[in-house]
Amino acid sequence: MTDSATHPELHDFPTARLSVEHVTKTFTTQGGTVVALQDVSISIREGEFVCFVGPSGCGKSTLLNIIAGLEKPDSGKALINGSPITEPGRDRLVMFQEHALFPWLDVIGNVMFGLKQKPNLNNRERLEVAKYYLYLVKMDNFAHANIHELSGGMKQRVALARSLAPNPKILLMDEPFSALDAMTREQLYGDIQDIWQKRKKTIIFVTHNVREAVCLGDRVLLFTPHPGRIREEFKVPLPRPRNINDHDLADLSQRITAALKGYHQAGECD
Amino acid sequence: MKNITQTLIFFLLLILIWAGITGDLSFMGLHCTLWSPYVLPSPSLVAQYLWDNTVNGKLPLSMLITLRRLLIGYVIGLVIGVPLGMLAARFRMVRNTVGVLGLGFQGLPSVCWVPLACIWFGQTEAALLFVVIMGTLWSVLLSTENGIRNVPPIYARAARTMGSSPMHTLLFVTLPASAPFVVSGMKQGWAFAWRSLMAAEIYVSVISGFGIGQYLHYGRELQRMHQVVGVMFIIILVGLLADKLLFSPAEVWLHRRWGTARD
Repeated sequence: MTDSATHPELHDFPTARLSVEHVTKTFTTQGGTVVALQDVSISIREGEFVCFVGPSGCGKSTLLNIIAGLEKPDSGKALINGSPITEPGRDRLVMFQEHALFPWLDVIGNVMFGLKQKPNLNNRERLEVAKYYLYLVKMDNFAHANIHELSGGMKQRVALARSLAPNPKILLMDEPFSALDAMTREQLYGDIQDIWQKRKKTIIFVTHNVREAVCLGDRVLLFTPHPGRIREEFKVPLPRPRNINDHDLADLSQRITAALKGYHQAGECD
Repeated sequence: MKNITQTLIFFLLLILIWAGITGDLSFMGLHCTLWSPYVLPSPSLVAQYLWDNTVNGKLPLSMLITLRRLLIGYVIGLVIGVPLGMLAARFRMVRNTVGVLGLGFQGLPSVCWVPLACIWFGQTEAALLFVVIMGTLWSVLLSTENGIRNVPPIYARAARTMGSSPMHTLLFVTLPASAPFVVSGMKQGWAFAWRSLMAAEIYVSVISGFGIGQYLHYGRELQRMHQVVGVMFIIILVGLLADKLLFSPAEVWLHRRWGTARD
């Protein structure tokens, strides 16, 4: 299996632009109501890699879930290529913080799960596509392994392959590397940039790690809580592939961290 | 290998002691017979009974009759219990009604249904089936409900974003995800069904067929204790075989796949 796999599914990479218009979302908890998002608007280009950064409770995961169609906004709307998002769909696949792989299927069975929902492929084609994506995340030697036999990093690689295989237009990543050790994470930063450059998908990446955001994103959106909203936007003009240990990257992430602390000291985040 | 040896030696010793106190073994021409064969029959009497009645076809036939009842009742119990358990897991209303009913009936030994079953259905197959179903249904229902409610919600969320419809998610995500619970519920249901059927057969004589339990009953009536003990052996054997042939392979697969190791 090489990069020259034959199926057209493997050469056509649809992508999409995304916009969020005046989205507000509140949750009622035992402690009262929490404004998770207040009047949030963003617009994301086709093939753009955008990172949402902020402390917990700032609404970044809620916004991701709204874009995924797993939650509905109280007011405002999210649009993909101009049409409103009302429910989950395989044009927008989510990679979760926990791997969410299915333990009753083996590795390739998991990657096949999303592919089986695509009616335009036959089983031979699905298998070819699944194998290709396992190769892409360097897990092709583990196609028939059980999920529990994999390390945390390997599980997230398989989860990435499972999200990429159905060829979504947008990939939504919700703190996917936060449970991994630093070494594994650094490897995955390289891999994800490589895959993104080959596939040019629109990616939204949620994290609370500023450095990670600067390493991966074209743009970093800084969220603050109470109420959750986007406070500042940082463009990341650094060349790719980026290494998380680069000086320039450290400088920019320091500026973002300083901004975040500024809001914190102003008493706006607690 | 060591495990098998230990087990074999243990059972050989048990049989030796049994043979020793029931007069099967002689030592320097002396027999030790603590009890008469009407109280505790010797191994040779029991073996003779089992051999004769296997060769003349009586025991195999009654086993077939019993297993048929067991299987039909068990399958009906599953077919009703699993979907009801799924509904109870999904809808609070079902949980508050049928779920609570199940909890109550599960605590009721199903042999308690025998008197009513005889009045409702008479001395028929239906009465026996009813008792078996009552033994299976509730434990299967409760464990299915419990299993589904223990499935991490993230599985269904992941499936939905991959384009899986609610029905598809239920059948291909939630149900397999709850398999460890459902299988142990099926195993418990099987054990309950087996106990229920034996109790029912001992109580109820049915002209449509003479089951294993009925042989045990008539062994008691006729003071043929070697028959009673022989039938007890068969009942144990069926339980062991069901475990080894039906449930062990499924459990081994589940443990391997989920990584819940056991030695």
